Amino acid sequence: MITFKELKRNLKKERSTFSTRKVALLGDIATQFLAVSIEGMGYERNYNIDLFEAEFNQVEQQVLDPTSDLHQFQADYTVVFQSAHKLLEKYNLMSPSLQAKLADDRLDFVKTLCNSLKGRIIYYNYPEIEDTVFGSYANKIASSFTYQVRKLNFELMNLAQENPNLFICDIAGLQNKFGRDVMFDSNIYVSTEMVLSLDALPYVASRTLDIICAVDGKFKKCLVLDLDNTMWGGIVGDDGWENIQVGHGLGIGVAFSEFQQWIKKLKNRGIIIAVCSKNDEDKARAPFEKNPEMVLKIDDIAVFIANWDNKADNIRIIQGILNIGFDSMVFLDDNPFERNMVRENVPDVTVPELPEDPSEYLEYLYSLNLFETASYSSADADRTLQYQVENQRASLLKSFTNEADFLKSLNMLSDVRGFTSFNIVRVAQLSQRSNQFNLRTVRYTEAEIEALGKDGNYANFSFTLSDKFGDNGLICVIILKKLDLETLFIETWLMSCRVLKRGMEDFALNTIVSYAKAHGYKRIVGEYLPTAKNQMVQEHYPKLGFLKIEGTASAQFELDVNNYEHKECYIQLNKEQ
Amino acid sequence: MEHSEILAKVQEIFRDVLDNETIELTPQTTANDVEDWDSLSHIQLIVAIEKAFKIKFTSKEILSWSNVSEMIESIASK
Repeated sequence: MITFKELKRNLKKERSTFSTRKVALLGDIATQFLAVSIEGMGYERNYNIDLFEAEFNQVEQQVLDPTSDLHQFQADYTVVFQSAHKLLEKYNLMSPSLQAKLADDRLDFVKTLCNSLKGRIIYYNYPEIEDTVFGSYANKIASSFTYQVRKLNFELMNLAQENPNLFICDIAGLQNKFGRDVMFDSNIYVSTEMVLSLDALPYVASRTLDIICAVDGKFKKCLVLDLDNTMWGGIVGDDGWENIQVGHGLGIGVAFSEFQQWIKKLKNRGIIIAVCSKNDEDKARAPFEKNPEMVLKIDDIAVFIANWDNKADNIRIIQGILNIGFDSMVFLDDNPFERNMVRENVPDVTVPELPEDPSEYLEYLYSLNLFETASYSSADADRTLQYQVENQRASLLKSFTNEADFLKSLNMLSDVRGFTSFNIVRVAQLSQRSNQFNLRTVRYTEAEIEALGKDGNYANFSFTLSDKFGDNGLICVIILKKLDLETLFIETWLMSCRVLKRGMEDFALNTIVSYAKAHGYKRIVGEYLPTAKNQMVQEHYPKLGFLKIEGTASAQFELDVNNYEHKECYIQLNKEQ
Repeated sequence: MEHSEILAKVQEIFRDVLDNETIELTPQTTANDVEDWDSLSHIQLIVAIEKAFKIKFTSKEILSWSNVSEMIESIASK
């Protein structure tokens, strides 16, 4: 991990070209070093953090007073650090009869916090302080500090489930990992009122930025794995599929089994698993197909590449098949040579410096928190299957000489709906995930999508796409703002890259033009806001027949509704609604 | 360790933490004499010195030094 000293130096570096995020920091202890760490870590993640640090110990006043500096600042993210130390002090001063109410009292304040602040809230949970007043017997005593802190951390999780804008930053988890003696320096605390040690600060700042990045759509989507001595012990080509070390019995096989279990959990929560191995393909596949001790099976792998080409090229191939950014990929390999080779040739891929001893892989990877996310839905679990099906479609395409015939043969169906309780989670998630096919890259929370669904000034469309190979689920979102009686503005048009080249753009445009005609609108205005990743749709509107509007600061285009000719496409509207 | 050795090592730490290669410490140097040696970087210096010498200062010591000489006395006494 980067040191505090280096984070502090980042503050002197040029950050003005990075995108800016307004972050407010409220704490009931000294937060100057935390402020430096968050700004410095922002630099590491290519953010210019515009930080507002509230006066010392003003959490309640700043939140409750609607005219406070905090409210004036209008933060994108408000980081709230109410420390376990101050909570303990409060507990110590309470009359014993009230101590059992400590957690509820604090939770009431966090609820107020959620209702008072716009933007996202990043709330630090409470690393435990065991005061040993009751010893382990504290577990039996509802008024003990131990009981109250654990209850508070538990109830914060429930509260976060109810409030889409509330994100818990798990610094209690960090303390579990590193220990209280690393997290906290008592001599520094007494002279400064700082409760986080200099060694802990970079980790806390990193976990804070992890949340900001995830909400902004920067997160990992794919894990690329080497095989020999990474997924199992030994060399399958030399030892044979039955003699590799995995499972109980052979050598250090148990380390690899647990490592595979972790990868399986990631796969089940929607991380795409790919294999990139220097091996003959049949030899590399054999353990997945034949060795009963393997936790990962061939069906868990979305893309399987085993050959003797260099790994950087193979990772480029995997990236091409999945159509995701290199910066959303993680590559794990036990061999330092291969790691450096990939780092040098595809620098955007994250390549953790795996420890030499495979028994340490997991604890090391836990410390990196690589897979932070800002949403989760059950559809995530099916992602691997969808990519496998995509491979089947790709092979079918090869058998057709004419693209239209291929598209017809797919029997595509789309379900078109507004925003309802059934799809808001997925709509919000897609708005956070989509980087390439995204015209204005506006990110929405579930709460914002829900509000749009009820707002008469907007017309909202969500599209699913299924075909004879399977269901892609919800893959396209269009949000139209009613500018005036004649004009609709496309506030958002985004699409999953999984369904490119199927005519989905044409189908979606047909749909919104039909809506416009039916409601008497005369023109539809679209806008393209460039980002580092959405160059793919720079010509989206002209390609669809929109005309460029001259004289606007941004790239804007308009479509004449009445002269629009329905585009031919091979997607049928699903009538069973 | 001789006081002069400690001083040299502490000077290296000051230069590293404050990112300033021109810092020259003498026993009489105080916080006023060194640019950027403020109450916040003081904490960084303490933690860096603790690590380099593998010692732990008491909270009283952290607040008590009025110049570099007293800091070096504390280190030497460990």
